[in-house]
Amino acid sequence: MNRIIYADNAATTPVLPEVLQAMTPFYCESYGNPSSIFYSVGADARRALDEARRSMADSLGCLPEEVYFTSCGTEADNWALKGAARRMARQGKKHLITSSIEHHAVLHSMKALEREGFEVTYLPVDGQGFVRPRDLEDALRPDTGLVSIMFANNEIGTIEPVEQLCAIAHSHGAWFHTDAVQAVGAVPVRFGQMGFDLLSLSAHKFNGPKGVGALLVRKGVLPDVFLDGGGQERGRRAGTENLAGIAGMAKALELAVTGMEEKSRRLAALRDTVQRHVQAMEQVKVNGPEDPAFRLPGTLNVSFAGAESESILLFLDMAGICASSGSACASGSLDPSHVLLAIGLSHALANCSLRLSFGVQNTPEDAQAICRALDSAVAEVRRRSAIW
Amino acid sequence: MHMMYTEKVMDHFTHPRNLGEIPDADGVGEVGNAKCGDVMKIFLKIEDGTIRDAKFKTFGCGAAVATSSMATELIKGRPIEDALKLTNKAVIEALGELPPVKVHCSVLAEQAVKAALADYYRRQGVDPEPIVGKLEEDCHACSAGACEA
Repeated sequence: MNRIIYADNAATTPVLPEVLQAMTPFYCESYGNPSSIFYSVGADARRALDEARRSMADSLGCLPEEVYFTSCGTEADNWALKGAARRMARQGKKHLITSSIEHHAVLHSMKALEREGFEVTYLPVDGQGFVRPRDLEDALRPDTGLVSIMFANNEIGTIEPVEQLCAIAHSHGAWFHTDAVQAVGAVPVRFGQMGFDLLSLSAHKFNGPKGVGALLVRKGVLPDVFLDGGGQERGRRAGTENLAGIAGMAKALELAVTGMEEKSRRLAALRDTVQRHVQAMEQVKVNGPEDPAFRLPGTLNVSFAGAESESILLFLDMAGICASSGSACASGSLDPSHVLLAIGLSHALANCSLRLSFGVQNTPEDAQAICRALDSAVAEVRRRSAIW
Repeated sequence: MHMMYTEKVMDHFTHPRNLGEIPDADGVGEVGNAKCGDVMKIFLKIEDGTIRDAKFKTFGCGAAVATSSMATELIKGRPIEDALKLTNKAVIEALGELPPVKVHCSVLAEQAVKAALADYYRRQGVDPEPIVGKLEEDCHACSAGACEA
């Protein structure tokens, strides 16, 4: 059996040893409930929780009281959208704006809000996946309560002009949320300075554990309470805190932020090695921004005309390489990726698309092995193809 | 290792039987479209009412390749009458099993064989419809439930 080369870091990432180390004390030793502060084991837990919140705030350029822990990025998105929409609805604002390339956590939350009577505008994107500020200007109305645009796209890595879009939303009196699940830990994110009202993040995308995330909420902005209960998270998101997960997330973020420049350079070098290689192949299209400065450093999305992506994935798997297809076919839907269709790919080409996403554990040798495996996989799949 | 397909399906995906084209085929059938993600093309060589050779070319997922491979295996060397009776269920049974979302691939494989036979009859100057039945233009997998086996 080959060594596994994991190149699907946009799906999830391995937990780093230092992160795991930061988590373990909270299972069997400092297992107290952070709300039970009248004895040391509970007080220790509370101190650790406060410390993790401070650390997260430092890493993200926000106030500790602007950090609300959640169980995942999807929960943060659900809370941000539903909580803010319902709050704004009480001021008569029942119009929402988002983009057509959001993660399903946002898109499906928007669909749920439509069923509640909200009106949602889905902004198109250009061929590289960028939301045009002009389109946002045109879509904003006096009754727009919330604009939600992702910081960076999970499939093609496009980094959106979120600061500019946020300023535009504010000038029309709307709140601005950004799903920064792919961006946090990968590119600089400064919550206060960038002006956002709400921001979602997820620990397992930056070498933290699964099952923990956060919603940043600017002071003075109050989305409706998401979970009623025992008063945790300042009464807005009740439930006993996942302290081990939270401590792991804070540590992972600290490591990601301190090592960001070096990591970005390394990941971009791996991505560019593979990108240069595939661009030399016949009839290949690299999806996403042409300027690498506007693409997540580790993300490469590429279409191989005539070669269906699941078949390529199966051959890569045989070579020990874990990647992801541009289509959601393997996960049960037969429709190709909404993101690839939104940037103008034909259904046929969208069905031939592959995402490789590099992470801290990948090496230059991995990139070389991926290039070799792609050569033979794409050639073999095309050899069988009825349309090549 | 992925958990999409059984060993038998993977065997046919990794080592497809009868891959290729027959330049002087007596019947050629093409079904599906790249929009849905699957295109199957089946070539038949027919002599004395028997399918002497069958080959395929498929654009599609693992199941699309495996079902085309199995379909050609099931009809090769058989009388036309047997090939006309090939069902998607028979293809699935021969492969062991397919994930539910991939059942439509077996439907395509059945249709590809029928389309190739229809083409054969047309070339003989025989109206294929009373023999082969009406052929769907496209696979309707995208409209939910169309391919429930």
